[in-house]
Amino acid sequence: MNRARTSRLNTVAAHAALLAWTAIALFPVFVILVNSFKTRRAIFAEPLSLPSEATFSMVGYRTVMAQGDFLLYFQNSLIVTVGSLTFILLFGAMAAFALSEYRFRGNMLMGLYLALGIMIPIRIGTVAILQMMVATGLVNTLTALILVYTAQGLPLAVFILSEFMRQVSDDLKNAGRIDGMNEYAIFLRLVLPLVRPAMATVAVFNMIPIWNDLWFPLILAPGEATKTLTLGSQVFIGQFVTDWNAVLSALSLAILPVLVLYVLFSRQLIRGITSGAVK
Amino acid sequence: MTALSLENVSKSFGEVQVLRNIDLVVEPEEFVVFVGPSGCGKSTLLRVVAGLEDASSGTVRIVGRDVTRTPPAKRGIAMVFQSYALYPHLDVEGNMALGLKHAGESRAVIAERIATAVRLLSLEPYLKRRPAELSGGQRQRVAIGRAIVRKPDLFLFDEPLSNLDAALRMATRVEIARIHRELGTAMIYVTHDQTEAMTLANRIVVLRDGKIEQVGSPMALYNDPDNLFVAGFLGAPSMNFLPAGRLGAPGATVGVRPEHLRLASEGPLAGTITHVERLGADTNLLVTLGGGETLTVRLFGQHPQQVGDAVALAFDPANAFSFDREGRRIRH
Repeated sequence: MNRARTSRLNTVAAHAALLAWTAIALFPVFVILVNSFKTRRAIFAEPLSLPSEATFSMVGYRTVMAQGDFLLYFQNSLIVTVGSLTFILLFGAMAAFALSEYRFRGNMLMGLYLALGIMIPIRIGTVAILQMMVATGLVNTLTALILVYTAQGLPLAVFILSEFMRQVSDDLKNAGRIDGMNEYAIFLRLVLPLVRPAMATVAVFNMIPIWNDLWFPLILAPGEATKTLTLGSQVFIGQFVTDWNAVLSALSLAILPVLVLYVLFSRQLIRGITSGAVK
Repeated sequence: MTALSLENVSKSFGEVQVLRNIDLVVEPEEFVVFVGPSGCGKSTLLRVVAGLEDASSGTVRIVGRDVTRTPPAKRGIAMVFQSYALYPHLDVEGNMALGLKHAGESRAVIAERIATAVRLLSLEPYLKRRPAELSGGQRQRVAIGRAIVRKPDLFLFDEPLSNLDAALRMATRVEIARIHRELGTAMIYVTHDQTEAMTLANRIVVLRDGKIEQVGSPMALYNDPDNLFVAGFLGAPSMNFLPAGRLGAPGATVGVRPEHLRLASEGPLAGTITHVERLGADTNLLVTLGGGETLTVRLFGQHPQQVGDAVALAFDPANAFSFDREGRRIRH
């Protein structure tokens, strides 16, 4: 930032605002993590204090590991999230490339049609989706979830990626064509690397809701073999008794994989290899 | 064998016709420049030659081969773009090698071709750098190198100097002329800058509204324009036009180049100086006549005239051009 245009006061104010925001955003995570290591009594007595020698307890984690098949739930969630993201990014980018690169009749209408899903929540169609899954025998499979999440994520992916792909220089693509690249090579080797930050944005936007979703796993795949982590954690929440130690431990564990994926994608967000490609 | 021949080439985007019945032949070793105002279709014509756009009708031949339906990579052409269009993820060497790799050349051939291009363009120190680590002039040299290694039958340049600053533009212009002399390959060069057109071309093609207005050597176009448009487009400052009736001359319009006007003690073209540009070697005067027309006078050397001075202008009728009502040249 230009030193001449910023006063110390502005800098302090900006940092104060950012720090406050960080604190607010991290507070729930902090509470969950801290309390997952405490005894049940301590959770209710002093929810904000750090675990001390007297209140420290791993009972929640032990329950989680002993009860239910948590490793399987983890695996299911991971398969569904990674699978859905892969298809959203792949098909979204392909559709976006076609919309931004080729002139054809109905291009605008097709773009609007594909973007329409942004405004219509997919949950409205839950009953129809369930009927469809029953008819195709996909109930209680991870495939059902991956299909639904892919459909849910595609509109925004197509919308964001086609806007970004329009900004990729035509000259660059034409240079590739003259050098003998086919359209697939131009898409995969020239355009995709240049829209990597946009891909990462789309991935992050889609990842969290899919990972945390309770609705579709509950309706489409509630079987023991296909339970996702969020659905699996619900066994500890009862109508009359809730095992808070186990719930908080399960949630703490559930944060980890998302955190890893987020770190992976945000590296792409930051990396600026595109500068200097064209003036 | 001609390097390029266009027969009756037209191109339309939907309802809009961008190119109309273009016929053109480019000889081997020739340097042809397409020039015209923006939107005249010169870039589209180049892209039709490259195969990046399909011609709506007509035939494109490169070294005698009909390539109208051939993809760009198989046309035997190489192209240099205004925005350089280097592959950002490859270093200089990789940028030059990519096309050859796709064409299935052996590693030895690729290395040898790159070595030749690098020597020609003095790119040795930059071989392992990415485009982001190069200056604008260096990037454009790499783009030219990428074209050279393909050993094309025809080079295509799409406003390659527009993104460079004035000093670099001059240097690169000289370099392109040198490369043309050393390689002896036909080149087509699109620009809106008439200095580039005049200094580089063996022949200039002046385009307007998708049609060829005139084709000829720079001096032929300058000294003997076919019509009002070509006369006004080439030359800086541009040609002065006056209604013929005012001078009692035949036709509708009379054109006189600024350097052919001289200051006289009296005459029909009397007026006042409204602006003076002193360039050192030249002095340009803007003179507004009694009738309201403004003429540009280019005087060589330095002159003492001031804004507001009353002057009269004269010219040798042999240096004047006459045009009819449609803007066509009337030759005597």
